Amino acid sequence: MRFDELERRYEEAQAALARAETPEALESWRTAWMGRKGAITALTRQIRDLPKEERPAFGQRINEVKAALEAAYEARAAEVKAEALAQELAEGAVDITLPGRPLNVGHLHLTTQTLREIYAIFERMGFEVYEAPEVELGYYNFDLLNIPPYHPARDMWDTFWVDDDLLLRTHTSPGQIRVMRERYPEPIRVILPGKVYRYEQITARSEHQFYQVEGLAVGRHITMSDLIGTLTEFTRMFYGEHRRTRVRGSYFPFTEPSIEIDTDCILCGGKGCPVCKYTGWLEIAGAGMVHPVVLQNGGYDPDEWSGFAFGLGVERPAMMKYGVKDIRLFYGNDLRFLRQF
Amino acid sequence: MKIPLSWINDFVETSDLDIHELRRRLDMAGLEVESIIPIGHPGAEIVWEPDKVLTAEVVAVRPHPNADRLVLAEVDYGGEVPETVVTGAPSLQQYKGRDDLHLKVAFAWNGAVLYDGHTEGWVKKRLKPTKIRGVPSRAMVCSEKELGLAEEQEDIIYLPDETPVGVPLVEVLGDYVLDFDIKGPFGHLQSVFGIAREVAAILDRPLRREVLEAASRLDLRPTGEPPFVHLEIADPDLCPRYTATMIRNVRIAPSPLWMQQRLRRAGMRPINNIVDITNYVMLELGEPLHAFDYARLRPLPGEDRPAIIVRRAREGEQMATLDGELRTFDGEMLLITDGGGPIAVAGVMGGLESEVEAETRDILLEAANFDFLNIRRTAQKLKLQTESSARFGKRVDPELAWVAAARAAELMAQLAGGEVEPQVGDLYPRRPEKVVLAYPPALADRILGVAIAPDEQARILTALEFGVERDSEPWQVAVPSFRQDVRRPVDLVEEVGRIWGYDRFPRTLIAEALPPLRRNRALEGEERLRDILVGLGLDEVISYSLIDPADETERLGAAGRLPDYPGEAVRLRNPLAPERSQMRRTLLPGMARTARSNLRYLERIAIFEVGHIHYRVAPPRPEEGFTGVEEPRRLAVLLTGPREGRWWQPTDREPLDYFDLKGIAEALLQRLGLLGRERWTRGDHPAFHPGRCATVGVEGKPLGTLGELHPLVREAFDLPDRPVAVMEWDVEALLEAAELVPPAERLHFVSPYPPIHEDLALVVDEDVPAIEVQRAILKGGYPLVTRALLFDIYRGPQVGEGKKSLAFALTYQSPSKALNEKDAAKLRKRIIKQVKKATGAIVRTW
Repeated sequence: MRFDELERRYEEAQAALARAETPEALESWRTAWMGRKGAITALTRQIRDLPKEERPAFGQRINEVKAALEAAYEARAAEVKAEALAQELAEGAVDITLPGRPLNVGHLHLTTQTLREIYAIFERMGFEVYEAPEVELGYYNFDLLNIPPYHPARDMWDTFWVDDDLLLRTHTSPGQIRVMRERYPEPIRVILPGKVYRYEQITARSEHQFYQVEGLAVGRHITMSDLIGTLTEFTRMFYGEHRRTRVRGSYFPFTEPSIEIDTDCILCGGKGCPVCKYTGWLEIAGAGMVHPVVLQNGGYDPDEWSGFAFGLGVERPAMMKYGVKDIRLFYGNDLRFLRQF
Repeated sequence: MKIPLSWINDFVETSDLDIHELRRRLDMAGLEVESIIPIGHPGAEIVWEPDKVLTAEVVAVRPHPNADRLVLAEVDYGGEVPETVVTGAPSLQQYKGRDDLHLKVAFAWNGAVLYDGHTEGWVKKRLKPTKIRGVPSRAMVCSEKELGLAEEQEDIIYLPDETPVGVPLVEVLGDYVLDFDIKGPFGHLQSVFGIAREVAAILDRPLRREVLEAASRLDLRPTGEPPFVHLEIADPDLCPRYTATMIRNVRIAPSPLWMQQRLRRAGMRPINNIVDITNYVMLELGEPLHAFDYARLRPLPGEDRPAIIVRRAREGEQMATLDGELRTFDGEMLLITDGGGPIAVAGVMGGLESEVEAETRDILLEAANFDFLNIRRTAQKLKLQTESSARFGKRVDPELAWVAAARAAELMAQLAGGEVEPQVGDLYPRRPEKVVLAYPPALADRILGVAIAPDEQARILTALEFGVERDSEPWQVAVPSFRQDVRRPVDLVEEVGRIWGYDRFPRTLIAEALPPLRRNRALEGEERLRDILVGLGLDEVISYSLIDPADETERLGAAGRLPDYPGEAVRLRNPLAPERSQMRRTLLPGMARTARSNLRYLERIAIFEVGHIHYRVAPPRPEEGFTGVEEPRRLAVLLTGPREGRWWQPTDREPLDYFDLKGIAEALLQRLGLLGRERWTRGDHPAFHPGRCATVGVEGKPLGTLGELHPLVREAFDLPDRPVAVMEWDVEALLEAAELVPPAERLHFVSPYPPIHEDLALVVDEDVPAIEVQRAILKGGYPLVTRALLFDIYRGPQVGEGKKSLAFALTYQSPSKALNEKDAAKLRKRIIKQVKKATGAIVRTW
């Protein structure tokens, strides 16, 4: 009769286990059947009431039942977990094409990025960045650069004047005098970046404010070939390995001899297009050997020292590189434009 | 400056060279060709195809059977039989019925594309075989307009008698116009001959110089006392030379076709033979000339021959110039006067009264030289830029006056039937000194870095008409009078280098040791700020330094009080526009304007700028290099719009405000190692919302202001009605402070022992700043309280009127052991005591 009860309980426990569908139900099943006060445990305690000779068989059977139920429980628990996982995964699926949470990403101004590229290239060649004033003396912007008052060369720059002495620098070249006067008698290798100003109407092609990077090297044996070599290296590194360059004679009052350096047109590769005015070439720098008068004005004896200087545009190379047609986009600060860089 | 290649070819042969190769060589030598305008050649508007547009000869003219105004021309174009062409050319009417003609014309076969001569404007049309009033016609004789040579259609074009028949017209009349952009004050490059001289040197070819030798052909003799005019230079400082040549009995008429064509191609309008000759010689040799009608020149009182006196104007003196304008002169302007008063502005423009006209018979030709600076000043002051003032303003060789006068006189004799008086008035008070330079040929190597053989250097210099004396070193190099730009040996190096060719130079890098190396910490710091701010999600802008002064006054001061500026504004004397007339003393207007313009397209603006401001602090002292202008750097940030953009899940659409910006400022300070060292005090910048404005300082130095724009300032910049948070800080102060904090001091020890976290809510009076409560907590629990984070502020009945409850999350942590409950209780007690003492706070909960 005890055996009958055991077998009945065993069947009941199996049925109850099959009905448990959640981890919570499994846990209550375990407590109800297998716990300290559980039904199977209660049966085990009844073993004392059995006749002595029946006890081993009952004990053996009850252990079998317990083991079987434990095993069934483990199997059922695994099933329930798998079902729960399957359901969780099914419910957690998303439209993976939905856009991610947008971040507010900052951008450096295109001019800053271009300047940094230029700094990095010249730093490799030993050029230090030196900054000079934007509101400058006419004396430094012109006179000391070998451009006396009323000299025709002054026509090359349309100038914003503040008063008889002060102006907004029309080029970064007056910095040449400042760095020479500060550094004499050291040799010099500097670049002088910054804003310059010209009295020009603002159009797609001209701005009254733009950036230049001046370069100056002064030493005992600096030559035109060094200048051409330095600018060739710059062009190669800035515009790309396969760019060609050419050097033309030119005129600047503060260099003698004066040159301009061109690179083959980035857009048409030298075949001729509206951007290069059908010449196949784009001007990238005006340059030359520092004029003896300028060296002298900087404190360097032109019989012992020589030097080269160059002036690079900043916006134009960026415009060429990205095909930007309108220079006003730079300082008009249209964020729709600036955020693309 | 436009120069037809055919004209250059008068002096140096280039016709065997490809035009693009010639251009390349010119460009390399520093004679920049901006563009090439082909005439008749491929690339021109009207291309004269060699098999369709030919030279030809009209051999006979017959009347048209059905039309009086048309004729039938028998044209020999080199084919087997002459072609009959129907034409309306008026000048052929007179030859009706003749068959002994030899009129050279331009002839076009059907298929040629030409301009339509009978339609207004420039309409291209392809010739087709047709019938004109019943007579078939397969070709035409062309007018200048049809060939694209002139705007007016008057008659057909006649070619010189010696023109061969049946050759492509492009070979005879085709051309390339080179448009030069000559930089620099080079009088010697302002002429066809000057350019030809360069071309000859570049190509190493001979230069034909006959054009310079007219004076000897005419046997002209200079005299200070010419019989036909009283000549006087009253102000020789402004007039180094004045020549007056007499040409009698000229016949005023149109100049010949070739001359008109060259003038047109050079961009000038033909007028009559005399005026055209003065212009032609100016273009050819670079010496501006002026032709006076001799009959209109007046004598001085008591004299019978007319007078020419070169003198400074009297203050306020007036004269009508050729363009019909009445001009008023000042005492520094140079005039040409006769016995009765001014007749020309020297070197700039002639007067209306003495102009050459149709009935003029005798010409007094002026070829002079004037001080180039004075001409420039006069032209600028009168706002009168002419071909003449442009050339004189670039320094013309005084020797050229004589040569050019003779050349023009010769042409007036040839083309206008004039008789040239062999005595030429020539006053030459300031003859330029001969310049001889000591030139060591090794200088070229030293400056250029390339060894150019002495023979080659001498060849180049000689070709450019320098006199090279090579007997000893240094060489003695005589500078020709037309090279006033060459005054130093290094100027000769440039001549050698550019003609030898920069494309042949080696490309080397500087061989010398590097100069002493230095860092530029100012720039490094600035770039670091940019990187930090970009990392915080801000977009960099760069604004105009030139601003509207009203931005700093009316607009930033819209709330009734002007901000303090550190110095006097730098204002322009000649601004482009009032909106760009002053250098900025603050970055705020630029930020506000950038926000305003971008809000047209974007809802959320988060931008920064790092840049210079400018203001005057003292008068400039040029000799010392002192501008008297300070140009420190500022950093500005602006935030406006919703905190987050829209998305498909809910986002924070509340407006960005003071605290968003303060978060950015704190992050910036944190990155610079300054967080916790700064002081926030209530600011009173008039452009800011008075309740939302902080003055920030660090390490005892003021950094600047942070807050929200005052609503009236916002309105003044036309910004929408919602918070605009801005800050403007002093970059120098910020970077100096960052440099001052020793790196080791910035570092906090990271403890490996477990921390204890607990919350503490304190009730304080409403006016107690949260920062003081926080400071008291940190002080009371020093050094074991490692964090006191304010996470809630509560006001309401539970804390009572005029009170607020501040809830802090505290972290206790020891660098040397694990803290237990007893330690925490002790700390708490100390903290509560300290906050009560410092702020009167009562514990609400913990």
